[in-house]
Amino acid sequence: MLKVLKSGFYCSIQDKGRSGFASVGVPVSGIMDTYSSDLANSILNNPLDLAVLEITFGNCEFQFLKKTIICISGADFSAKLNGIVINLNSKIIIQPNDILSFGKMNFGARTYVAVKHGFLSEKRLKSRSYFKNITKDFIIRKNDLIAYTDFKLSLTFTNTSVKINQNHFRTPILECFKGPEFDKLNQNQRYKLLHQEFTISMDNSRMGYKLEEVLENNLPQILTSAVFPGTVQLTPSGKMIILMRDCQVTGGYPRILQLSEESINRLGQKSTGAKIQFVIN
Amino acid sequence: MDKIITYKPFGNQIILVEWESKIDTSILKEIIRFKNKIEFQKKILYTDLIVGYNSLAIKYKKPFLDFSIELEILKSIEKIEIQTERDTNFIFEIPVCYDVNFGIDLEEISAKSGLSIDKIIKLHSERSYTIFFIGFLPGFLYLGGLSEQLFFDRKANPRIQVEKGSVAIGGQQTGVYPNDSAGGWNVIGKTPINFFDIENVNPCFAKAGDKVKFKPVCIDEFHQLEKEIKANIYQVLKIEADA
Repeated sequence: MLKVLKSGFYCSIQDKGRSGFASVGVPVSGIMDTYSSDLANSILNNPLDLAVLEITFGNCEFQFLKKTIICISGADFSAKLNGIVINLNSKIIIQPNDILSFGKMNFGARTYVAVKHGFLSEKRLKSRSYFKNITKDFIIRKNDLIAYTDFKLSLTFTNTSVKINQNHFRTPILECFKGPEFDKLNQNQRYKLLHQEFTISMDNSRMGYKLEEVLENNLPQILTSAVFPGTVQLTPSGKMIILMRDCQVTGGYPRILQLSEESINRLGQKSTGAKIQFVIN
Repeated sequence: MDKIITYKPFGNQIILVEWESKIDTSILKEIIRFKNKIEFQKKILYTDLIVGYNSLAIKYKKPFLDFSIELEILKSIEKIEIQTERDTNFIFEIPVCYDVNFGIDLEEISAKSGLSIDKIIKLHSERSYTIFFIGFLPGFLYLGGLSEQLFFDRKANPRIQVEKGSVAIGGQQTGVYPNDSAGGWNVIGKTPINFFDIENVNPCFAKAGDKVKFKPVCIDEFHQLEKEIKANIYQVLKIEADA
Protein backbone atom coordinates (compact mmCIF):
# COMPACT_ATOMS: atom_id res chain seq x y z
CA MET A 1 0.00 0.00 0.00
CA LEU A 2 0.94 3.61 -0.57
CA LYS A 3 -0.25 5.80 2.28
CA VAL A 4 -1.03 9.45 1.60
CA LEU A 5 0.49 11.66 4.31
CA LYS A 6 -0.12 14.97 2.61
CA SER A 7 -2.34 15.25 -0.45
CA GLY A 8 -1.09 18.52 -1.96
CA PHE A 9 -2.96 20.52 -4.58
CA TYR A 10 -4.35 17.73 -6.76
CA CYS A 11 -3.25 14.12 -7.09
CA SER A 12 -5.05 11.24 -8.75
CA ILE A 13 -4.42 7.78 -10.13
CA GLN A 14 -4.43 7.73 -13.92
CA ASP A 15 -3.81 5.31 -16.76
CA LYS A 16 -4.50 5.63 -20.49
CA GLY A 17 -8.20 6.29 -19.83
CA ARG A 18 -11.53 4.89 -21.02
CA SER A 19 -12.09 3.98 -24.63
CA GLY A 20 -15.36 2.71 -25.97
CA PHE A 21 -17.76 4.46 -23.58
CA ALA A 22 -18.09 7.86 -25.29
CA SER A 23 -21.46 6.82 -26.74
CA VAL A 24 -22.89 6.78 -23.20
CA GLY A 25 -21.25 10.09 -22.32
CA VAL A 26 -18.17 8.85 -20.46
CA PRO A 27 -15.07 11.07 -20.84
CA VAL A 28 -11.76 9.53 -21.87
CA SER A 29 -9.83 10.84 -18.82
CA GLY A 30 -6.33 9.46 -18.31
CA ILE A 31 -2.80 10.73 -17.94
CA MET A 32 -2.38 14.40 -18.90
CA ASP A 33 1.21 13.96 -20.14
CA THR A 34 1.69 10.44 -21.47
CA TYR A 35 5.17 11.32 -22.77
CA SER A 36 6.34 11.54 -19.14
CA SER A 37 4.31 8.62 -17.78
CA ASP A 38 5.49 6.40 -20.65
CA LEU A 39 9.05 7.25 -19.74
CA ALA A 40 8.51 6.36 -16.08
CA ASN A 41 6.77 3.08 -16.90
CA SER A 42 9.36 2.08 -19.49
CA ILE A 43 12.28 2.73 -17.15
CA LEU A 44 10.66 0.15 -14.84
CA ASN A 45 10.00 -2.20 -17.78
CA ASN A 46 6.29 -1.84 -17.10
CA PRO A 47 3.67 -2.00 -19.84
CA LEU A 48 2.85 1.62 -20.74
CA ASP A 49 -0.81 1.34 -19.80
CA LEU A 50 -0.17 0.64 -16.10
CA ALA A 51 -1.67 3.15 -13.68
CA VAL A 52 0.57 5.87 -12.26
CA LEU A 53 0.19 8.53 -9.60
CA GLU A 54 -0.33 11.94 -11.22
CA ILE A 55 0.79 14.86 -9.06
CA THR A 56 -0.13 18.44 -9.95
CA PHE A 57 2.10 21.22 -8.54
CA GLY A 58 3.89 19.06 -5.92
CA ASN A 59 3.73 19.83 -2.19
CA CYS A 60 2.66 16.34 -1.11
CA GLU A 61 4.00 13.35 0.81
CA PHE A 62 3.54 9.59 0.62
CA GLN A 63 4.69 6.56 2.59
CA PHE A 64 5.37 3.22 0.93
CA LEU A 65 4.37 0.27 3.10
CA LYS A 66 5.93 -2.46 0.92
CA LYS A 67 9.16 -3.03 -0.99
CA THR A 68 9.21 -2.00 -4.61
CA ILE A 69 11.02 0.12 -7.16
CA ILE A 70 9.65 3.35 -8.52
CA CYS A 71 10.46 5.93 -11.16
CA ILE A 72 9.43 9.58 -11.23
CA SER A 73 9.13 11.42 -14.55
CA GLY A 74 7.63 14.70 -15.66
CA ALA A 75 7.70 17.97 -13.73
CA ASP A 76 10.50 18.66 -11.25
CA PHE A 77 8.95 19.21 -7.82
CA SER A 78 12.17 18.65 -5.81
CA ALA A 79 11.44 14.98 -5.10
CA LYS A 80 13.04 13.57 -1.97
CA LEU A 81 13.20 10.10 -0.45
CA ASN A 82 13.44 10.22 3.33
CA GLY A 83 14.59 13.82 3.01
CA ILE A 84 17.33 13.12 0.47
CA VAL A 85 17.10 14.54 -3.03
CA ILE A 86 16.46 11.87 -5.70
CA ASN A 87 16.79 11.87 -9.48
CA LEU A 88 13.97 12.02 -11.94
CA ASN A 89 13.87 9.40 -14.69
CA SER A 90 15.76 6.74 -12.78
CA LYS A 91 14.95 3.60 -10.84
CA ILE A 92 14.59 4.20 -7.11
CA ILE A 93 14.60 1.29 -4.66
CA ILE A 94 11.93 1.55 -2.00
CA GLN A 95 12.04 -0.10 1.42
CA PRO A 96 8.99 -0.43 3.67
CA ASN A 97 8.11 2.87 5.40
CA ASP A 98 10.17 5.02 3.03
CA ILE A 99 8.73 8.51 2.67
CA LEU A 100 8.54 10.18 -0.74
CA SER A 101 7.96 13.92 -0.67
CA PHE A 102 7.54 16.69 -3.22
CA GLY A 103 8.16 20.36 -2.51
CA LYS A 104 9.08 23.35 -4.59
CA MET A 105 8.20 23.47 -8.30
CA ASN A 106 11.22 23.87 -10.56
CA PHE A 107 9.64 23.18 -13.93
CA GLY A 108 6.51 21.58 -15.36
CA ALA A 109 3.03 21.21 -13.89
CA ARG A 110 2.57 17.46 -13.45
CA THR A 111 4.83 14.67 -12.37
CA TYR A 112 4.27 10.92 -12.48
CA VAL A 113 5.20 8.25 -9.99
CA ALA A 114 5.29 4.82 -11.59
CA VAL A 115 5.66 1.74 -9.42
CA LYS A 116 6.74 -1.75 -10.51
CA HIS A 117 3.61 -3.57 -11.79
CA GLY A 118 1.53 -0.37 -11.47
CA PHE A 119 -0.88 1.03 -8.91
CA LEU A 120 -3.91 -1.18 -8.37
CA SER A 121 -6.76 1.15 -7.48
CA GLU A 122 -10.21 -0.04 -8.60
CA LYS A 123 -10.79 -0.58 -12.29
CA ARG A 124 -14.03 0.89 -13.63
CA LEU A 125 -15.11 0.65 -17.27
CA LYS A 126 -11.73 -0.84 -18.15
CA SER A 127 -9.65 1.91 -16.56
CA ARG A 128 -8.30 2.97 -13.17
CA SER A 129 -8.38 6.67 -14.05
CA TYR A 130 -10.09 8.64 -11.30
CA PHE A 131 -13.26 10.37 -12.41
CA LYS A 132 -16.24 11.65 -10.46
CA ASN A 133 -19.21 9.24 -10.43
CA ILE A 134 -17.15 6.61 -12.26
CA THR A 135 -14.56 5.71 -9.64
CA LYS A 136 -15.27 5.89 -5.92
CA ASP A 137 -12.56 8.49 -5.43
CA PHE A 138 -11.89 11.30 -7.86
CA ILE A 139 -9.08 12.98 -5.94
CA ILE A 140 -6.44 11.61 -3.59
CA ARG A 141 -6.97 12.59 0.03
CA LYS A 142 -4.89 12.41 3.18
CA ASN A 143 -4.77 8.89 4.67
CA ASP A 144 -5.91 7.22 1.45
CA LEU A 145 -4.29 3.82 0.88
CA ILE A 146 -3.46 2.88 -2.69
CA ALA A 147 -2.60 -0.73 -3.47
CA TYR A 148 0.46 -2.00 -5.34
CA THR A 149 2.19 -5.38 -5.31
CA ASP A 150 5.23 -6.17 -3.29
CA PHE A 151 8.34 -6.33 -5.49
CA LYS A 152 11.69 -7.64 -4.36
CA LEU A 153 14.58 -6.70 -6.51
CA SER A 154 16.82 -9.67 -7.20
CA LEU A 155 19.48 -7.94 -9.29
CA THR A 156 21.57 -4.90 -8.62
CA PHE A 157 21.39 -2.18 -11.19
CA THR A 158 23.22 1.00 -12.05
CA ASN A 159 21.47 4.12 -10.94
CA THR A 160 21.78 6.07 -14.16
CA SER A 161 19.09 8.50 -15.11
CA VAL A 162 17.72 9.00 -18.60
CA LYS A 163 18.25 12.40 -20.21
CA ILE A 164 15.02 13.96 -21.33
CA ASN A 165 14.24 16.51 -23.97
CA GLN A 166 13.77 19.81 -22.12
CA ASN A 167 11.94 21.16 -25.15
CA HIS A 168 8.94 19.15 -23.97
CA PHE A 169 8.61 21.47 -20.97
CA ARG A 170 9.89 24.74 -22.42
CA THR A 171 8.61 25.26 -25.95
CA PRO A 172 5.46 27.39 -26.36
CA ILE A 173 4.80 25.69 -29.73
CA LEU A 174 1.69 23.49 -29.93
CA GLU A 175 1.32 21.61 -33.19
CA CYS A 176 -2.24 21.38 -34.40
CA PHE A 177 -4.51 20.22 -37.16
CA LYS A 178 -7.35 22.32 -38.53
CA GLY A 179 -10.53 21.70 -36.55
CA PRO A 180 -13.85 20.95 -38.31
CA GLU A 181 -14.89 24.65 -38.14
CA PHE A 182 -11.48 26.15 -38.96
CA ASP A 183 -12.57 26.97 -42.51
CA LYS A 184 -15.33 29.20 -41.16
CA LEU A 185 -12.74 31.63 -39.73
CA ASN A 186 -11.92 34.65 -41.87
CA GLN A 187 -8.37 35.56 -42.96
CA ASN A 188 -7.90 37.98 -40.09
CA GLN A 189 -9.01 35.44 -37.47
CA ARG A 190 -6.77 32.77 -38.96
CA TYR A 191 -3.80 35.11 -39.00
CA LYS A 192 -4.28 36.07 -35.36
CA LEU A 193 -4.85 32.48 -34.29
CA LEU A 194 -1.62 31.29 -35.88
CA HIS A 195 0.67 34.28 -35.33
CA GLN A 196 -0.23 35.59 -31.91
CA GLU A 197 0.99 34.18 -28.61
CA PHE A 198 -1.74 33.20 -26.19
CA THR A 199 -1.61 33.02 -22.39
CA ILE A 200 -3.05 30.26 -20.24
CA SER A 201 -5.61 31.74 -17.82
CA MET A 202 -6.14 30.73 -14.18
CA ASP A 203 -9.04 28.63 -15.37
CA ASN A 204 -7.05 25.51 -16.26
CA SER A 205 -7.60 21.95 -15.07
CA ARG A 206 -7.75 18.36 -16.23
CA MET A 207 -11.00 19.28 -18.04
CA GLY A 208 -9.64 22.14 -20.09
CA TYR A 209 -7.48 25.25 -20.35
CA LYS A 210 -9.10 28.61 -20.98
CA LEU A 211 -6.91 31.22 -22.70
CA GLU A 212 -6.70 34.92 -21.76
CA GLU A 213 -6.68 36.61 -25.14
CA VAL A 214 -9.81 36.98 -27.22
CA LEU A 215 -10.25 36.08 -30.87
CA GLU A 216 -13.06 38.14 -32.37
CA ASN A 217 -15.87 35.66 -32.91
CA ASN A 218 -18.69 35.95 -35.39
CA LEU A 219 -19.17 32.25 -36.04
CA PRO A 220 -22.57 30.74 -35.38
CA GLN A 221 -22.73 28.05 -32.71
CA ILE A 222 -22.84 24.54 -34.05
CA LEU A 223 -25.30 21.75 -33.39
CA THR A 224 -23.90 19.73 -30.49
CA SER A 225 -21.28 17.34 -31.85
CA ALA A 226 -18.29 15.28 -30.67
CA VAL A 227 -15.29 16.92 -28.98
CA PHE A 228 -12.04 15.33 -27.80
CA PRO A 229 -9.04 16.06 -25.64
CA GLY A 230 -7.01 18.58 -27.64
CA THR A 231 -10.02 20.24 -29.31
CA VAL A 232 -9.75 24.06 -29.28
CA GLN A 233 -13.21 25.58 -28.92
CA LEU A 234 -14.06 29.19 -29.69
CA THR A 235 -16.71 30.39 -27.22
CA PRO A 236 -19.23 33.18 -27.96
CA SER A 237 -17.17 35.69 -25.93
CA GLY A 238 -14.19 35.04 -28.20
CA LYS A 239 -12.26 33.19 -25.50
CA MET A 240 -10.76 29.89 -26.48
CA ILE A 241 -10.85 26.69 -24.44
CA ILE A 242 -8.44 23.86 -25.12
CA LEU A 243 -10.17 20.71 -23.96
CA MET A 244 -8.05 18.28 -21.96
CA ARG A 245 -8.30 14.64 -20.85
CA ASP A 246 -11.36 14.94 -18.57
CA CYS A 247 -13.45 16.88 -21.11
CA GLN A 248 -17.04 16.08 -22.02
CA VAL A 249 -17.69 13.96 -25.09
CA THR A 250 -19.85 16.53 -26.91
CA GLY A 251 -19.98 20.32 -27.20
CA GLY A 252 -21.68 23.12 -29.10
CA TYR A 253 -18.88 25.64 -29.72
CA PRO A 254 -17.01 25.85 -33.02
CA ARG A 255 -13.95 23.55 -33.00
CA ILE A 256 -11.24 25.57 -34.67
CA LEU A 257 -8.15 23.45 -33.98
CA GLN A 258 -7.20 19.97 -32.85
CA LEU A 259 -3.91 19.55 -30.99
CA SER A 260 -1.58 16.70 -31.86
CA GLU A 261 -1.20 14.06 -29.16
CA GLU A 262 2.33 15.31 -28.45
CA SER A 263 1.05 18.86 -27.97
CA ILE A 264 -1.66 17.72 -25.54
CA ASN A 265 1.15 16.16 -23.49
CA ARG A 266 3.17 19.39 -23.64
CA LEU A 267 0.21 21.47 -22.60
CA GLY A 268 -0.31 19.17 -19.62
CA GLN A 269 3.02 20.49 -18.31
CA LYS A 270 1.93 24.13 -18.51
CA SER A 271 -0.24 26.18 -16.21
CA THR A 272 -1.42 29.72 -15.40
CA GLY A 273 0.49 32.48 -17.17
CA ALA A 274 2.41 30.23 -19.58
CA LYS A 275 2.56 31.34 -23.23
CA ILE A 276 1.54 29.10 -26.08
CA GLN A 277 1.61 29.39 -29.84
CA PHE A 278 -0.47 27.35 -32.27
CA VAL A 279 1.23 26.00 -35.38
CA ILE A 280 -0.58 24.01 -38.05
CA ASN A 281 1.54 21.16 -39.35
CA MET B 1 -32.95 9.61 -51.10
CA ASP B 2 -30.64 12.50 -51.87
CA LYS B 3 -28.37 13.10 -48.98
CA ILE B 4 -25.30 15.22 -48.70
CA ILE B 5 -22.66 13.85 -46.39
CA THR B 6 -19.30 15.51 -45.82
CA TYR B 7 -16.22 13.87 -44.39
CA LYS B 8 -13.62 15.90 -42.52
CA PRO B 9 -10.39 14.91 -40.83
CA PHE B 10 -10.51 15.99 -37.16
CA GLY B 11 -6.83 15.63 -36.30
CA ASN B 12 -5.07 12.44 -37.41
CA GLN B 13 -7.12 9.94 -35.44
CA ILE B 14 -10.71 11.10 -35.90
CA ILE B 15 -12.93 11.48 -38.94
CA LEU B 16 -16.08 13.58 -38.65
CA VAL B 17 -19.01 12.73 -40.89
CA GLU B 18 -21.59 15.49 -41.14
CA TRP B 19 -25.13 15.75 -42.43
CA GLU B 20 -27.27 18.83 -43.07
CA SER B 21 -27.17 21.18 -40.09
CA LYS B 22 -30.58 20.65 -38.56
CA ILE B 23 -32.19 18.70 -35.75
CA ASP B 24 -34.32 16.09 -37.45
CA THR B 25 -35.18 12.47 -36.65
CA SER B 26 -34.72 11.48 -40.31
CA ILE B 27 -31.09 12.67 -40.11
CA LEU B 28 -30.68 10.78 -36.83
CA LYS B 29 -31.88 7.62 -38.61
CA GLU B 30 -29.29 8.06 -41.34
CA ILE B 31 -26.52 8.63 -38.79
CA ILE B 32 -27.49 5.46 -36.94
CA ARG B 33 -27.74 3.50 -40.17
CA PHE B 34 -24.18 4.55 -41.03
CA LYS B 35 -23.01 3.74 -37.51
CA ASN B 36 -24.56 0.26 -37.78
CA LYS B 37 -22.84 -0.31 -41.12
CA ILE B 38 -19.47 0.54 -39.60
CA GLU B 39 -20.09 -1.76 -36.64
CA PHE B 40 -21.40 -4.55 -38.84
CA GLN B 41 -18.82 -4.49 -41.64
CA LYS B 42 -15.79 -4.46 -39.34
CA LYS B 43 -13.55 -2.92 -42.02
CA ILE B 44 -11.97 -0.31 -39.77
CA LEU B 45 -10.47 -0.37 -36.30
CA TYR B 46 -12.12 2.23 -34.11
CA THR B 47 -12.52 2.81 -30.38
CA ASP B 48 -15.56 5.11 -30.37
CA LEU B 49 -18.43 6.10 -32.65
CA ILE B 50 -19.91 9.33 -31.31
CA VAL B 51 -23.29 10.51 -32.53
CA GLY B 52 -24.20 14.24 -32.52
CA TYR B 53 -27.34 15.97 -33.83
CA ASN B 54 -26.03 15.98 -37.41
CA SER B 55 -22.72 14.18 -37.10
CA LEU B 56 -20.90 10.94 -36.49
CA ALA B 57 -17.34 11.08 -35.18
CA ILE B 58 -15.21 7.99 -35.74
CA LYS B 59 -12.29 7.72 -33.39
CA TYR B 60 -9.72 5.31 -34.80
CA LYS B 61 -7.67 2.98 -32.68
CA LYS B 62 -4.47 4.38 -34.17
CA PRO B 63 -3.58 7.58 -36.02
CA PHE B 64 -4.07 7.28 -39.77
CA LEU B 65 -1.35 8.25 -42.21
CA ASP B 66 -3.48 9.14 -45.19
CA PHE B 67 -6.96 10.64 -44.81
CA SER B 68 -7.86 9.98 -48.44
CA ILE B 69 -7.39 6.23 -48.01
CA GLU B 70 -9.61 6.17 -44.92
CA LEU B 71 -12.14 8.30 -46.77
CA GLU B 72 -12.43 5.77 -49.58
CA ILE B 73 -12.94 2.96 -47.08
CA LEU B 74 -15.67 4.91 -45.27
CA LYS B 75 -17.41 5.73 -48.54
CA SER B 76 -17.39 2.07 -49.50
CA ILE B 77 -18.84 1.14 -46.12
CA GLU B 78 -21.56 3.76 -46.55
CA LYS B 79 -22.47 2.57 -50.04
CA ILE B 80 -23.15 -1.03 -49.19
CA GLU B 81 -26.81 -1.59 -48.41
CA ILE B 82 -26.92 -4.61 -46.18
CA GLN B 83 -29.91 -5.74 -44.27
CA THR B 84 -28.17 -5.74 -40.92
CA GLU B 85 -30.07 -7.32 -38.11
CA ARG B 86 -31.55 -3.87 -37.58
CA ASP B 87 -30.77 -2.68 -34.10
CA THR B 88 -34.07 -2.70 -32.29
CA ASN B 89 -35.16 0.62 -30.85
CA PHE B 90 -37.14 0.84 -27.64
CA ILE B 91 -39.45 3.23 -25.88
CA PHE B 92 -38.55 3.39 -22.19
CA GLU B 93 -41.16 4.42 -19.66
CA ILE B 94 -39.64 6.74 -17.08
CA PRO B 95 -41.68 7.36 -13.91
CA VAL B 96 -41.50 11.01 -12.84
CA CYS B 97 -42.87 12.65 -9.73
CA TYR B 98 -43.91 16.20 -10.68
CA ASP B 99 -44.55 17.21 -7.04
CA VAL B 100 -43.53 20.84 -6.44
CA ASN B 101 -41.10 19.62 -3.78
CA PHE B 102 -39.13 17.98 -6.60
CA GLY B 103 -40.21 20.23 -9.46
CA ILE B 104 -38.73 23.26 -7.78
CA ASP B 105 -39.17 25.53 -10.81
CA LEU B 106 -42.73 24.44 -11.67
CA GLU B 107 -44.39 27.38 -9.89
CA GLU B 108 -42.06 29.91 -11.50
CA ILE B 109 -42.47 28.66 -15.06
CA SER B 110 -46.21 28.29 -14.52
CA ALA B 111 -46.43 31.94 -13.45
CA LYS B 112 -44.24 33.10 -16.35
CA SER B 113 -46.03 31.12 -19.04
CA GLY B 114 -49.58 31.31 -17.75
CA LEU B 115 -49.86 27.52 -18.08
CA SER B 116 -51.21 25.71 -15.02
CA ILE B 117 -48.91 23.19 -13.38
CA ASP B 118 -51.29 20.41 -14.38
CA LYS B 119 -51.12 21.57 -18.00
CA ILE B 120 -47.30 21.62 -17.91
CA ILE B 121 -47.26 18.07 -16.56
CA LYS B 122 -49.75 16.92 -19.18
CA LEU B 123 -47.78 18.53 -22.03
CA HIS B 124 -44.51 17.08 -20.76
CA SER B 125 -45.73 13.54 -20.18
CA GLU B 126 -48.08 12.98 -23.12
CA ARG B 127 -45.32 12.78 -25.76
CA SER B 128 -42.46 10.44 -26.31
CA TYR B 129 -39.03 11.94 -26.87
CA THR B 130 -36.31 10.75 -29.22
CA ILE B 131 -32.83 10.20 -27.80
CA PHE B 132 -30.53 11.98 -30.28
CA PHE B 133 -27.35 11.09 -28.42
CA ILE B 134 -25.77 10.91 -24.98
CA GLY B 135 -23.30 13.56 -23.86
CA PHE B 136 -22.53 16.37 -21.38
CA LEU B 137 -22.43 13.90 -18.46
CA PRO B 138 -22.25 10.09 -18.40
CA GLY B 139 -25.84 8.98 -19.07
CA PHE B 140 -27.21 12.43 -20.00
CA LEU B 141 -29.70 11.95 -22.84
CA TYR B 142 -30.24 14.68 -25.42
CA LEU B 143 -33.99 14.45 -26.02
CA GLY B 144 -35.87 15.96 -28.93
CA GLY B 145 -39.57 16.53 -29.40
CA LEU B 146 -40.54 18.93 -26.61
CA SER B 147 -43.83 20.80 -27.08
CA GLU B 148 -43.23 24.41 -28.16
CA GLN B 149 -45.47 25.52 -25.31
CA LEU B 150 -42.79 24.21 -22.95
CA PHE B 151 -39.82 26.08 -24.44
CA PHE B 152 -38.44 27.92 -21.41
CA ASP B 153 -35.12 29.77 -21.35
CA ARG B 154 -32.37 28.38 -19.17
CA LYS B 155 -32.12 30.03 -15.74
CA ALA B 156 -30.09 33.27 -15.70
CA ASN B 157 -28.15 31.95 -12.71
CA PRO B 158 -27.34 28.25 -12.99
CA ARG B 159 -27.56 26.22 -9.79
CA ILE B 160 -24.36 24.94 -8.24
CA GLN B 161 -26.10 21.65 -7.62
CA VAL B 162 -29.04 20.06 -9.34
CA GLU B 163 -29.98 16.75 -7.74
CA LYS B 164 -29.52 13.42 -9.44
CA GLY B 165 -32.75 12.34 -11.16
CA SER B 166 -34.00 15.89 -11.73
CA VAL B 167 -36.16 16.17 -14.84
CA ALA B 168 -35.69 19.56 -16.42
CA ILE B 169 -36.32 21.85 -19.39
CA GLY B 170 -33.62 24.02 -20.94
CA GLY B 171 -34.53 26.06 -23.99
CA GLN B 172 -36.06 23.66 -26.51
CA GLN B 173 -34.79 20.54 -24.81
CA THR B 174 -35.79 18.35 -21.91
CA GLY B 175 -33.62 15.90 -20.02
CA VAL B 176 -32.75 14.11 -16.82
CA TYR B 177 -29.67 14.81 -14.68
CA PRO B 178 -28.02 11.37 -14.27
CA ASN B 179 -26.00 12.57 -11.28
CA ASP B 180 -25.70 15.60 -9.03
CA SER B 181 -24.34 18.35 -11.20
CA ALA B 182 -24.24 22.08 -11.70
CA GLY B 183 -26.97 23.06 -14.13
CA GLY B 184 -29.09 25.87 -15.52
CA TRP B 185 -32.21 24.06 -16.64
CA ASN B 186 -35.67 24.52 -15.10
CA VAL B 187 -36.38 21.57 -12.81
CA ILE B 188 -39.95 20.26 -13.13
CA GLY B 189 -39.79 16.84 -11.46
CA LYS B 190 -37.69 13.92 -10.36
CA THR B 191 -37.27 10.29 -11.41
CA PRO B 192 -35.92 7.49 -9.21
CA ILE B 193 -34.44 5.75 -12.30
CA ASN B 194 -30.65 5.48 -12.61
CA PHE B 195 -29.59 6.67 -16.04
CA PHE B 196 -26.00 5.75 -15.37
CA ASP B 197 -25.18 2.69 -13.31
CA ILE B 198 -21.49 2.06 -13.01
CA GLU B 199 -22.12 -1.44 -11.64
CA ASN B 200 -23.60 -2.48 -14.96
CA VAL B 201 -21.53 -3.85 -17.87
CA ASN B 202 -23.61 -1.57 -20.04
CA PRO B 203 -23.86 1.46 -17.73
CA CYS B 204 -26.65 3.24 -19.60
CA PHE B 205 -29.75 1.26 -20.63
CA ALA B 206 -30.62 3.62 -23.47
CA LYS B 207 -28.89 4.49 -26.75
CA ALA B 208 -29.18 7.05 -29.52
CA GLY B 209 -32.34 6.35 -31.53
CA ASP B 210 -34.37 4.99 -28.61
CA LYS B 211 -37.23 6.97 -27.10
CA VAL B 212 -38.39 7.82 -23.61
CA LYS B 213 -41.84 8.65 -22.30
CA PHE B 214 -42.36 10.18 -18.90
CA LYS B 215 -45.10 8.73 -16.70
CA PRO B 216 -46.39 10.88 -13.83
CA VAL B 217 -46.32 9.15 -10.43
CA CYS B 218 -47.35 10.43 -7.00
CA ILE B 219 -44.88 10.94 -4.21
CA ASP B 220 -45.79 7.63 -2.50
CA GLU B 221 -45.16 5.70 -5.71
CA PHE B 222 -41.90 7.59 -6.14
CA HIS B 223 -40.67 6.44 -2.73
CA GLN B 224 -41.86 2.88 -3.37
CA LEU B 225 -39.96 2.81 -6.70
CA GLU B 226 -36.90 4.29 -5.04
CA LYS B 227 -36.89 1.32 -2.61
CA GLU B 228 -37.34 -1.23 -5.40
CA ILE B 229 -34.52 0.33 -7.42
CA LYS B 230 -32.24 0.33 -4.41
CA ALA B 231 -33.03 -3.34 -3.78
CA ASN B 232 -32.30 -4.04 -7.45
CA ILE B 233 -35.73 -5.54 -8.14
CA TYR B 234 -36.99 -2.84 -10.51
CA GLN B 235 -36.65 -3.01 -14.27
CA VAL B 236 -37.26 -0.03 -16.51
CA LEU B 237 -40.35 -0.78 -18.58
CA LYS B 238 -39.57 -0.89 -22.28
CA ILE B 239 -41.50 -1.67 -25.43
CA GLU B 240 -40.23 -2.12 -28.96
CA ALA B 241 -40.63 1.00 -31.01
CA ASP B 242 -41.74 1.04 -34.64
CA ALA B 243 -38.83 1.28 -37.04
